[in-house]
This record gives sequence, C-alpha cells and structure tokens, in this order.
Amino acid sequence: MIDLAIIGAGPAGLAAAIEARALGLRVTLYDEQPGPGGQIYRDITRPRSDRSAAILGPDYLAGRPLAKAFLASGAGYQPRATVWRIAEDGLSFTAPEGGGDQAAARVLVATGAMERPFAVPGWTLPGVMTAGAAQIMLKTTGTAADGAVFVGTGPLLYLVACQYLDAGMTIAAILDTTTKGALLGAASHLPGALRRPGMLMKGLRMLRRLRRSGVPFHRGVTDVAFEGDQALSAVRWTSGGTAHRLECAHAFLHHGVIPNANMTMAARASHHWDKAQAAWVVDRDAEGRSSLPWLFVAGDGGGIAGAKAAALSGRIAARAIARDLDRGAPDSARLLRDYAAEVAIRPFLDRLYRPAPAFLAPQDDRTVICRCEEVTRGDLARAMQEGCPGPNQFKAFCRAGMGPCQGRMCGPTVVSIMSEISGRSPEDIGYYRIRMPVKPVTLAEVAGLPTERVDGRN
Amino acid sequence: MFQPLEPGSGPRVRVFLDDTPVDLPEGANLAAALLTAGFSPFRTTPVSGAPRLPFCMMGVCFDCLIEIDGIPNRQACLEQVRAGMRLRRQSGAANLEAAE
Ligand SMILES: Cc1cc2nc3c(=O)[nH]c(=O)nc-3n(C[C@H](O)[C@H](O)[C@H](O)COP(=O)(O)OP(=O)(O)OC[C@H]3O[C@@H](n4cnc5c(N)ncnc54)[C@H](O)[C@@H]3O)c2cc1C
Ligand code: FES
Repeated sequence: MIDLAIIGAGPAGLAAAIEARALGLRVTLYDEQPGPGGQIYRDITRPRSDRSAAILGPDYLAGRPLAKAFLASGAGYQPRATVWRIAEDGLSFTAPEGGGDQAAARVLVATGAMERPFAVPGWTLPGVMTAGAAQIMLKTTGTAADGAVFVGTGPLLYLVACQYLDAGMTIAAILDTTTKGALLGAASHLPGALRRPGMLMKGLRMLRRLRRSGVPFHRGVTDVAFEGDQALSAVRWTSGGTAHRLECAHAFLHHGVIPNANMTMAARASHHWDKAQAAWVVDRDAEGRSSLPWLFVAGDGGGIAGAKAAALSGRIAARAIARDLDRGAPDSARLLRDYAAEVAIRPFLDRLYRPAPAFLAPQDDRTVICRCEEVTRGDLARAMQEGCPGPNQFKAFCRAGMGPCQGRMCGPTVVSIMSEISGRSPEDIGYYRIRMPVKPVTLAEVAGLPTERVDGRN
Repeated sequence: MFQPLEPGSGPRVRVFLDDTPVDLPEGANLAAALLTAGFSPFRTTPVSGAPRLPFCMMGVCFDCLIEIDGIPNRQACLEQVRAGMRLRRQSGAANLEAAE
C-alpha cells in the first residue's frame, strides 16, 4: 500500500510527485509514454541537437529541469503503463512486462487534455492529422512534412506553424477559423488577460510572424472539407465570401484542447458542463479534491489552464493529499495566488478561440462524427427523428462511442449536435456513461500478463 | 511525406512490415517511424474498409492500431521500435471487439 498513485507524467503529475516526495509520501507515478513529460514536454529527456532545441523553443525546454527533478525525487515510476481502472482501493494497469494492481490511499488523476474533435467531411483521410500530432512528430522523431495546410484556431495551431517555419518547412496555407465576433466577445475579458501580458505578447508575436511569413493566411474560414480517395488530395473552404480549393497531401487540424475526462467519468466523480470551454469538466475544489474523497485531479484533465498552471495545481493537490493523510504540509496560499494569476488569461483565450458553432456541431450530414464506427451526422439526425433521446441511447442505435476510443473522438460532437437539433442544453443532454476499463484491455492483460512477446528474437 | 530534418545518427534496427524487412531508428516512436518510412495505411476500418493513418499520436483516437508480434490492436503511437518486431497492417475484418 502506497500513499499516493499518480496517473500522468505531464507537468501536473511530475510536480505533484516531486512535492509529495518532499512531504515524505510514498508515491508511484504511472504513464503510458516511455518517458516523462506529458504532451507539452513529450520526449523531453531525449538528448537533442541544438537545431532541434531551437525549433521546439524555450517553453518546451523548460520541461527538462522538471523531468530531472522528478527522476531524482525517489518517487516510484512506471512508464509504458496504461491505467485502466481506478477506485477507492487504488488502480490497475497494463504494461509490456506485465501489469497489475497497486493499492493506494489516494489517487491523483493528471491525465491532461486532448485536442477537441474536428469533425468535418474527410477528416478521417490519411494525410489529415491534428496539429498536436504534427508537433509530436517533431518532438519524438524530428520529422516534418512539406506543403501542409494548417486549419483551425488557437495558440497551439499557431505555435506548431511557427515551429514549422523555424524548421525551414514550407506551409501551403493557414486556414484560420477564428470567428469574426470572437475578438469583440473576448475584449471584455482583456483586463484578466493583461495580468499576464507576457502570454498575450507571445500570442501576438506568433500571429504577426505567420502573417508576415508570406504563407497564405486566410481568415474567417468556414465550410472546411477534405477530399481524396485513398488519401488526402485537396482541401475546400469558404473565406471572404468565396469558395476555395487547394491541393495538398497533409493537413493539420486544431480547435483547442479539452480535458481527457474518461477516467474521472468512469470513476463516477461528478462533472459539469463548462460553457466557456464547451466541454464536460470534473468538479474539483481549489486544491484538486473531486466529489470522491479518495480521488484528486490536477492539470488540464480538470479544466484547461496550461502547463504552468498544471504544475502549480499538481503541487497544490500533493499538499492537500498530505494534509488529508495527516502528514502535514505547508500552507498553499502562495501557490493558490500564483495559480490564480496564471489562469487569469483563460476567459479571454477561451472566448477568442472557441470554435464556431458550425464546427462544434457540423451541419453536413455526410460528416463522419464517430471515427471508430463511421457513424455520420446524418445517422445521428435520423436516430433523433426516430426518438433517440440521448448519447447513451444513440450508442444502441448505431454503435457510436462503442469502438476502441470509447467515445473520446465522438462524444463532444454528439453532445453538440444533439443540443443543436433538440434545442436542449448540453447539461440536459449529458454524456456517454463511461465505464472501466478506461482503455481497451484484453483478458490476458486483466490477468496481468505481459503484452510484449519475449521470445529471444530481441 | 514526413521527412527527417536532420540526418539520423542513432542505430537502426531491422523490423518486418508485412514480412518485408525495413530498418527503423531504434527506440523511436513506432507510429512516427512508420509514417516517416511511408507505411500507409496502418489499417482499414471494420465498417467500410477505409484506409487510416495515425491521427492524434497521443493514444486517444485508435487510428494507429496495428498487429505487433501476432498481437492485434496495439496502439503504434504508444510503442517504440525494437529489433525484430513483426508488424502487420490490420484489415477491416480484424476483430476489434476482442480489444474491448
Ligand atoms: C498533443 C498536444 C500537444 C500540446 N503541446 C503544447 C505545447 O507545445 N505548449 C503548450 O503550452 N501546451 C501544449 N499542450 C497543452 C497541454 O494540455 C498542457 O500545456 C500540458 O501538457 C498539460 O499538462 P498536464 O500535466 O495536465 O497533462 P499532459 O501533459 O497531457 O500529461 C498527461 C499524461 O497522462 C498520460 N495518460 C493519460 N491517460 C493515461 C492512462 N489511462 N494511463 C496512463 N497514462 C495516461 C499521458 O500519456 C500523458 O503523458 C498540448 C496538448 C496536446 C494535447
Ligand atoms: S494515433 Fe491516435 S491513438 Fe495512436
């Protein structure tokens, strides 16, 4: 029995593990990646050339000391371990060398965010991937694709495009879907954003850089669709009142990130619909306590706040857990103040980069909304006509949400479309009922058997 | 095509893609290494047989499922290149339910 099991080795989980160790807790951290870092600091411990470091930039390299401090903290660490069950008694995981159970007094979920599904016609074609995926190619293998089209809105889209320019890649076009009314709507949140002028300036610098780079930059983009037979061959869109078409073999999509909430949902912690982030988010207090006494949440998995806030929330949660277990911890007032300052810019960003309603709830009936089972918007509209009342019944109608991704890629879109068609609020519509295992596992894995064959070939 | 920005310096190891030998950078993210090697598609879908390649590269979309050493439905984006790996494209018929 350990004091604390942490899931996720991003800034939130790493900072929580370091803090918890400093407070004398017995801690083990689980992550399905081979090394620490999470999404922002993917592959951070790998030695890289000066050129690669320059392309990824100082915000990426900031993860090095954090990963180093974690590896020296004395916390237990299970890389390549997928956690598929959490409960009051601890967790269960699979791993190449064989998984198992770990008893723990408290569980901290720091599973981070995922990019919001971007359901448009043709988004399942080979050649179409997320901007975050393109960035992971850069971070892990130092590879990039020439002549790509970047589509969407939000800081990560612009960041990856800038990193591409730094890498000397040509970009065919940037199709910016930021809505015309967004800046106006966001303006009222400007005072909060100005508490972190550095972040605001960074964003403006990226946009200016992209606009001046000579890369065709289309604003107010709507009606995005991808074409191709066996792979992507062209993108169509509307901007400035005209329809456009551009041939391309790669497209990188991004409509912001949303919490990866499957684990907290499967644990039956309470969640709420966050209007500003247009996503279901777990309920947590300022110190990361969920509605369940044994379960804490830190980082972007509990609401999008960025990497620095994620690390702060990890430390805050670790202290609260130590206090809970009567082990004592310093007061967190200072950390809470830093956290508040860090997240002051979020309402501005959330408003500015919230995808247009027609992207959240696609209008074209041919749009595949469930990638696993290839269920379309038309299937959903028809099911509703036939009386399908909610996401769970829709599963029974056409298997949407029942494939291996367990609804991660279709759930948000299904909720938005149902809300639009029925006129009911997302709160009222709810979400899929998510169950353990949180990731598909085989019976052999449940029994703790190795997933990797060891037969002397290696 | 994804291409390396710098010449690779680390060791390469031999793996088998549908029985064809290919040398990939040892320890590299498997999905990224296969994309860079031009392996396409990774799988075809059970419903319509449509081709798929990795979409998220972070373990949430399951479009990168391939067979590794006889075990189907492995997420290539969560695996690393190891010498001797036998990799197979999954065609629609592969029983995804087995993984649920
Ligand atoms: C693809 C992507 C790229 C991003 N790049 C940037 C960037 O360059 N700059 C930036 O400022 N922000 C970026 N972000 C935003 C990012 O959400 C935050 O900045 C930051 O990474 C959040 O930290 P975190 O600790 O909350 O979670 P994360 O860093 O996301 O870490 C979560 C970890 O949990 C692990 N995990 C999840 N589920 C399981 C499970 N069931 N079992 C085991 N392990 C699990 C994951 O493998 C991951 O390592 C990116 C987001 C995404 C999705
Ligand atoms: S590419 Fe999405 S799960 Fe592997």
